Amino acid sequence: MEPPADPRDPQRSGAGAVDETVERPFCAWCGREQAAADHTACDRRLATVDPPRHCPVCARRMVVQVDPVGWTARCSRHGESAGTHGFRR
Amino acid sequence: MTAVDPSTTAEETGDILAVAREQVLERGEGLSQEQVLAVLQLPTDRLSEALALAHEVRMRWCGPEVEVEGIVSLKTGGCPEDCHFCSQSGLFDSPVRAAWLDVDRLVEAAKQTAKTGATEFCIVAAVRGPDAKLMEQVRAGIAAIRAEVDINVACSLGMLTQEQVDELAAMGVHRYNHNLETARSHFPEVVTTHSWEERWETLQMVRAAGMEVCCGGIVGMGETLEQRAEFAVQLAELEPDEVPLNFLIPNPGTPFAHLEVPQGADALMTVAAFRLALPRTVLRFAGGRELTLGDLGAEQGMLGGVNAIIVGNYLTNLGRPAEQDLDMLETLKMPIKALNDTL
Repeated sequence: MEPPADPRDPQRSGAGAVDETVERPFCAWCGREQAAADHTACDRRLATVDPPRHCPVCARRMVVQVDPVGWTARCSRHGESAGTHGFRR
Repeated sequence: MTAVDPSTTAEETGDILAVAREQVLERGEGLSQEQVLAVLQLPTDRLSEALALAHEVRMRWCGPEVEVEGIVSLKTGGCPEDCHFCSQSGLFDSPVRAAWLDVDRLVEAAKQTAKTGATEFCIVAAVRGPDAKLMEQVRAGIAAIRAEVDINVACSLGMLTQEQVDELAAMGVHRYNHNLETARSHFPEVVTTHSWEERWETLQMVRAAGMEVCCGGIVGMGETLEQRAEFAVQLAELEPDEVPLNFLIPNPGTPFAHLEVPQGADALMTVAAFRLALPRTVLRFAGGRELTLGDLGAEQGMLGGVNAIIVGNYLTNLGRPAEQDLDMLETLKMPIKALNDTL
């Protein structure tokens, strides 16, 4: 995994810092498998009002801190990701 | 609308907006509970008329300036209370996990907020009331912010004792937020672990200590229009300096997860009605407007009685990028209130 992103890094992107090459089979909003359900509503929430709450790699609930300009999310297994606004897979 | 004799008084026409024009716009007297209900019950085809009047009232009694605020969660999750809308209750199966913000990141959040031109930065904790550890963290955080950032500091730490009220006032807290959330008659359907009256008592202590009172609530928690009108008038009785208006975001795991996001027209009529009940109060757009109103509805609200906004993100939810709201204010030619105007 990449080292955790600096949560105060102004360059942090909306996609977060999770390694793009790692398979992410779980929905970051509801924590269920991507293939198991329609996640349109989850995607809408992630694009508008919610940071990721579940690790997209393992579905563990993450410790999330929201600040005025962004968010950081820490998975106990897969480290920290960070972003500004709408999360995308 | 039916044409009426110009010599006919508002009371004679029986039209609530005509009555509000005389009573609220001309005399500055907020609407009664029955009158607020009449506004809330107006058909949607009169929404633009209601918003236009609410905007006139805001401009007449508050002026054109908009108060900008940022907020941050100092202590997230693990709350012992059961507020049914809240994803931070430790009693619900919510995906929100407990987290604490350290002082360095708190100061950084205050700096981020100040960069937007905001005059107010609110430190929030998900607690019933603050314990010694939280009070110490707040004390350290406020001292660090005041040393580095030129901004008013507000707090929202739940229910307070008199001693804690006095401590916060001594720390220089400018404004204290404690929402009544909903009408007194509806509160037991929303919270069972404490009472509406306990919240009211904290607000009275806050005012007596010289801090500004910030008190609002959430629209769309299953309340009737009658209860919404009741809430507006109960807020007016409190005479708060600021009323933040939130719109329910149904959060997974909470008892209100099944509720619908409030409809935009319904939310905007509520904005207008609350302005007509509270002609001189700072009325702030808070959480949920992104889902309920979208970009267009936010503009309509700013032209419909709202004169303050929370910019950037909220406590556990994301907002629009601050630049987007600042651009909106520029487009609407609404100046941001300066810090020296708030003291």
